[in-house]
Amino acid sequence: MDTTDTTPIVQEPARRKRFASFRKSLTDFFASLYNINSFIIRFFKEAFLPPYEFKEIIRQCYETGVRSFTLISLTGFIVGLIFTKQSRPSLAEFGATSWLPSLVSIAIMRALAPLVTALIAAGKVGSSIGAELGSMRVTEQIDAMEVSGTNPFKFLVCTRVIATTLTIPILATYTGLISILGGFLNVYVNEGTSYRTYIGQVFDPLSFIDFTAALIKSIVFGFTIGIVGCYQGYNSSSGTEGVGKAANGAVVTAMFLIFIEEITIVQITSWFR
Amino acid sequence: MEKRKAPIDFSNAVIRVHGLKKAFGEYEVLRGVNLELFQGENLVVLGRSGTGKSVLIKVISGLLKADAGTVEVLGQDIDQLTNRQLQALRIRIGFSFQNSALYDSMTVRKNLEFPLVRNRRGLGRKEIDTAVERVLDAVSLSHTINQMPSELSGGQRKRIGIARTLILNPEIMLYDEPTAGLDPITCIEINELINEVQERYKTSSIIITHDLTCAKQTGDRIAMLLDGKFQREGSFEHVFDTDNARIKPFFDYNFIK
Repeated sequence: MDTTDTTPIVQEPARRKRFASFRKSLTDFFASLYNINSFIIRFFKEAFLPPYEFKEIIRQCYETGVRSFTLISLTGFIVGLIFTKQSRPSLAEFGATSWLPSLVSIAIMRALAPLVTALIAAGKVGSSIGAELGSMRVTEQIDAMEVSGTNPFKFLVCTRVIATTLTIPILATYTGLISILGGFLNVYVNEGTSYRTYIGQVFDPLSFIDFTAALIKSIVFGFTIGIVGCYQGYNSSSGTEGVGKAANGAVVTAMFLIFIEEITIVQITSWFR
Repeated sequence: MEKRKAPIDFSNAVIRVHGLKKAFGEYEVLRGVNLELFQGENLVVLGRSGTGKSVLIKVISGLLKADAGTVEVLGQDIDQLTNRQLQALRIRIGFSFQNSALYDSMTVRKNLEFPLVRNRRGLGRKEIDTAVERVLDAVSLSHTINQMPSELSGGQRKRIGIARTLILNPEIMLYDEPTAGLDPITCIEINELINEVQERYKTSSIIITHDLTCAKQTGDRIAMLLDGKFQREGSFEHVFDTDNARIKPFFDYNFIK
């Protein structure tokens, strides 16, 4: 029996199906880009118009900041300690262990503190925002706000985005200081360097642009974590699966964007050095 | 249970819906719905699950946009309103959700205060407390004021949901499956509450349900939604006095005969 004649007939619909699926993915991608843009524009339109939800912003700052405090402290300290410990052998080969405090401060203040804080916050705060708003969407709590004459976007989204934008820079600064403290422990145990000398060496190589870049980076990261978490939660589909997807999407998308922003800001900063 | 005796003003329609169509993708849920709700009337919309009953009240409250047709609420075409105007109109409409939709993170007191604080800015602490106590008293749940929604039973959650809408003194109440998931005794209590609300607050209501006890006890008029349109309208007895093979079973399979 000759079966070769049937091959093109079988392949044609499969190819068409693949093309249709590719076209759908592309359309969905651009549609979601448009939706995210509209969401961001809406945030800027509504965040600065009265009535202001100051109490809710403060509550969200507490949720974002104070509740992440323990995790951030632990991670910051460990990062500083381990970074110093791992860098020591390489510097020791050149007899340059006295440069350790400078190395630690440059690495931490320029890159690690904002990045580590943002990644932890994306996991902890971003997922929690995504899940909370997602579950509010599923249980019609957002609709309930809307029909009671309240603007849910202003109350839920604007407050959370403002809170993350304000608290992540504070947390990042704190992470930087606590990491430097972690580094000091290692330096003190190995070299017996005094705290005063260590701090002098730590801040010596840092310039104004380092602090400014770190601050701008943290603000951008904070805004990203807030806006992505809110977007995912606010637009989550119905059902418990939707809530899970919103939480997961908030973390994955925020982390992805944070890495892109990190590279971009580092590149821009290097032009000013 | 005695049905309330508040008069209906048939010359004053608070909601007018004409030729309303709404589809989700390929599926056309509402296919030209016409409806009028009169001042002081309780209209019950009956229909099987998935026939678009909830969609209808969500379009009326502006939560969903109609594909075609007009929706006039308290003399205002909701499609023509700006966001601010729609927000102002919504204060005059109470919406009781199927799952109560209480804010999980807030106590009963905060849930009730929420719409009041945001829509009547400038109210003092004392006035807010008085309003909260008044609506809690109306639903006979004053003792739950400091409880969290998770600590309430299904019936209590429904009552608090209704109380939250009452705090703004609405002119229209929209009830989405008010007795769904409740035991028969609590269902009757909720039906009584709907009638009490109508009497005390002089509201006009649309009650979405497939519970015939609820329909019989609360409705002045029943409208049967089938295939995206109202197929039969009138008193409870009139609607079910038919040999229509799709309406009759709805009555026969219920415990009321």
